[in-house]
Amino acid sequence: MPDSGRKLLTMKFSIEYFALLKDQRGCSSETLETDAATPRDLYAQLAEQYAFSLPPESLKVAVNEEFADWNHSLNAGDTVVFIPPVAGG
Amino acid sequence: MPFSISEIPVDPTALRADLLHEASGAYVSFEGWVRNHNEGQAVEALEYSAYKPLAEKEGHRIIAEAIERFGIESAACVHRIGPLSIGDIAVWVGVSSPHRGAAFDACRYIIDETKARVPIWKREHYQSGKTEWVNCHTEIKT
Repeated sequence: MPDSGRKLLTMKFSIEYFALLKDQRGCSSETLETDAATPRDLYAQLAEQYAFSLPPESLKVAVNEEFADWNHSLNAGDTVVFIPPVAGG
Repeated sequence: MPFSISEIPVDPTALRADLLHEASGAYVSFEGWVRNHNEGQAVEALEYSAYKPLAEKEGHRIIAEAIERFGIESAACVHRIGPLSIGDIAVWVGVSSPHRGAAFDACRYIIDETKARVPIWKREHYQSGKTEWVNCHTEIKT
């Protein structure tokens, strides 16, 4: 079992924002160096920093242009997108 | 491309032509139009945005599922992004199939799954001057 609780290392990620998250963040993408090991950790950090109103339960997450689990182990250089509730059609 | 995100107006006549097939005896299409009201508010205009690479991937999966599940000949879907006006086509779905039953069922499946799964968002601009990302309401508990 990998030690996903380890917080010693930081990694660089690209993050893209859409819809309400883009408005609340004030930009559409950024590169960030953080000790987050999973999308769950990453969203918690960002939500606290930027006062995102959407709870993680209402979102989906994508890593490198594919849907991913909230507990997915992130790798350096990954592109992460948090997907607000969709409203196509 | 069986599923595409488009920044330009949808042309149903051209899209329909791509679905013509000698084995098909039925063609069903659906157009989703921009409506002037939603949940009691007067809507003046709206805009769609999408996470395009994943939207098209998920859309292709939906079309493939419909072909597999209903045995239709072919299907396509186009969803607009950008600013739209009342009456514009927001989404178009077309299905051709040997028989009509499967065509109706597949068309319904594609629009329902697209609305539920594809990362596309809608911001409505109301007559009151307010704007809102649809489905992104959150209760603020104090």
